[in-house]
Amino acid sequence: MSDKTILLAHGSGGRLTHDLIREVFYRYLGNPLLNTRDDAAVWPLPATCEPLPTAPARLAMTTDSYVVQPIFFPGGDIGKLAVCGTVNDLAMAGAQPLYLTAGFILEEGLRFDDLEQVVASMAHTAKEAGVAVIAGDTKVVDRGSADRIFINTAGVGLVPPGIEISGANARPGDVVILSGPVGLHGLAIMSQREGLGFSFPLQSDCAPLNGLVAAMLQADAHIHCLRDPTRGGLATTLNEMAAQSGVGIEIQETCIPVPESVRAVCDLLGLDPLYAANEGKLVSIVPPEAEARVLNAMRQHRYGREAVAIGQVTTAHPERVVLQTPLGAHRILDMLSGAQLPRIC
Amino acid sequence: MKYLDEFRNPEAAQRLLARIHHRSTQPVRLMEFCGGHTHAILKTGLRQLLPPTVRLLSGPGCPVCVTSSADVDHAIALALLPGVILATFGDMVRVPGSGGTSPPTPLLMTEKMSPGEGSRSLAARMTGHVSSGEGCSSLQEARAQGADVRMVYSTLDALAMARANPQRSVIFLGVGFETTAPTVAAAILQAQAEGLRNFYVLSLHKLTPPATRAILDAGKVQLSGIIGPGHVTTIIGADAWRFLPDDYGIPCAIAGFEPLDVLQAVCSLVDMIERGTPGVSNDYARNVRSEGNRVAQGIMHSVFRVGAAEWRGLGSIPDSGLLLRDEYAALDAAQQFPVQVRPSQEPHGCRCGEVLRGVIEPPECALFARACRPEHPVGPCMVSGEGACAAYMQYGEGRNV
Amino acid sequence: MCLAVPAQVISLAGQEAEVDFGGVRRRISVVLTPEVRVGDYVLIHTGFAINVLDEEEARETLKLFQELDEFSETPQKGP
Repeated sequence: MSDKTILLAHGSGGRLTHDLIREVFYRYLGNPLLNTRDDAAVWPLPATCEPLPTAPARLAMTTDSYVVQPIFFPGGDIGKLAVCGTVNDLAMAGAQPLYLTAGFILEEGLRFDDLEQVVASMAHTAKEAGVAVIAGDTKVVDRGSADRIFINTAGVGLVPPGIEISGANARPGDVVILSGPVGLHGLAIMSQREGLGFSFPLQSDCAPLNGLVAAMLQADAHIHCLRDPTRGGLATTLNEMAAQSGVGIEIQETCIPVPESVRAVCDLLGLDPLYAANEGKLVSIVPPEAEARVLNAMRQHRYGREAVAIGQVTTAHPERVVLQTPLGAHRILDMLSGAQLPRIC
Repeated sequence: MKYLDEFRNPEAAQRLLARIHHRSTQPVRLMEFCGGHTHAILKTGLRQLLPPTVRLLSGPGCPVCVTSSADVDHAIALALLPGVILATFGDMVRVPGSGGTSPPTPLLMTEKMSPGEGSRSLAARMTGHVSSGEGCSSLQEARAQGADVRMVYSTLDALAMARANPQRSVIFLGVGFETTAPTVAAAILQAQAEGLRNFYVLSLHKLTPPATRAILDAGKVQLSGIIGPGHVTTIIGADAWRFLPDDYGIPCAIAGFEPLDVLQAVCSLVDMIERGTPGVSNDYARNVRSEGNRVAQGIMHSVFRVGAAEWRGLGSIPDSGLLLRDEYAALDAAQQFPVQVRPSQEPHGCRCGEVLRGVIEPPECALFARACRPEHPVGPCMVSGEGACAAYMQYGEGRNV
Repeated sequence: MCLAVPAQVISLAGQEAEVDFGGVRRRISVVLTPEVRVGDYVLIHTGFAINVLDEEEARETLKLFQELDEFSETPQKGP
């Protein structure tokens, strides 16, 4: 453990910057494209990208910024989150993720060891996801101008021909599938917050889902929608898709898996697990004939073992999500309006 | 989870519902006094499952909802004072006051903290002035303007803040009914025992039986029965509700918050009404005794004395609020930090008062779901997650499902 | 009203207890329930135990739900 910290000089572009990039970023993230040290990475399109008579090659691209606090949390850190978040955005479009960029804004005074841990974590996650970070940037700002580390990413991927996945494609009769238990990431983060003082036995579910999506598409290419229920939780994501597709969605509350500890903290603080963030789950909307094959493929995969059908798409109540409660009544499940705050009443 | 899951059993719920359907012959209006009950009822969709003869109305049991705008302004004004850390339960952070509270200048900008981020806040910065353009209409806005507003789960966390920040004044916003007041009282005793000199409480605590009387005395609503607040009654005891059958001839069933608890209470009320035998039915016996929690009552009364309090929508009610006793004047934020606030004013068109009195249901207010929504609430009934209007919006009542 | 949940007391130390609720642990104050013992279930509100749960009453109530017959009278509880 060293006492070294990031100085403003590390962002000046001079020798210190080059040393930092070499000792941390190239050391962990290095790959042939990144190692050229040019201002931009240049690579040929893979053969599968060649235009076909009926199916033009398509690229998918996404961008995101990561400002999570604390930067280390049970089950992950801001680096892992950055890679997973970007990879997952691409995967939700049915794309095979290829390359990421990573821009770092570092706060003066950030411990070197912390930066190294974050970057090592990114490298590890990128390796699992089969992606490479091929371009990057580093800036250092005054103490107080950033909360230790901010990370911005862009991601690029390849969408195979015949894949048409969009939040607008849900059709009445489709089945809504959830890949596993909800609430883990949101609650893991919250458990680190000062003043709430509870010990949470579970971890963030942060994970790259491109492998899971590939397995699902192989089982049945006719997947209509994919989305990961991050900020705003499952409820918000379902509402987004219902609105985009102009359909109604009905969900059976008893089918939604919620870990006991997640439920416990939610009961304690007056929160609803359906609005808590997830960083390693996906919602898939598929035609009914694809349900069995897709579920089966998901359950064979480490990130989909507890995949379950939770509801269906309907013509009733268009653009609204309705929840059937354990008592058999129906109520509207709206999207999150503001942030969920713990309450005592 | 033990002692929770069993009280959510759907088969037992169906049996209770069948019984209610079977027993209920005459139309009845039952008031769920407590916001927590409103929440539970709407979340499970219970209203749809009850027979049309049983009508549930939401009462003023939401301590946040009944906080007057003057009291919210008072809290904001304290938060804006230099050197103050305003510690509050999450419930109060977004409640709108009158919108006219400005920070005094100059203001030293202190460490910021918002509920969305962890304790690693931006480093402290001292500046000479903060622009005091518009007034702050909530504690959240005050924080955006530089006030140090921090959310806590327990008063004890506020005590810890005081110990950790000896040069700052930690003011705890005491909101809540008899369930919460003893916990705040215990914290005050702890602060005094430790000789903590920088911990203060602004007491906005209120008492529920007086409010219930005020609603019944106003006479604008015909109520057949009351679903009594379970956790308040844990403290004050089931006997505290005897005045309902004795003085008003109205039955009361003390209810817990799980679906079976609420259904059992509705069942008891229907039974008592059908038989014409109003009484107090303790349907939360695992957590409620006739005499309540005597230790908690003792602690509460040793620290607080009873006085008049202003209830939003109900006006000033005598002997309905808790104020710090003289022995604790040194910890009383109201005395130690005098500030000027405007008298309460209801925003134009806001009918929170009528909602709180059960005179109208949220959808009958012209502002509901239009000008008044959770993202931009007009009155507290929409802001508090427990408020009748917010619960209606969240769970879709008032819109056809 | 007022969110309060039942948790089991795992250990006691003076005026504080460590409780377990669905696998989640927290330290709380027991000044309002001085009679509490390890193993008891307590109702927690804002970091304090406000009542020791009466397990016998809980069992009775659950038994009543089990035996519920829509045609019989509800036995009335309380004063």
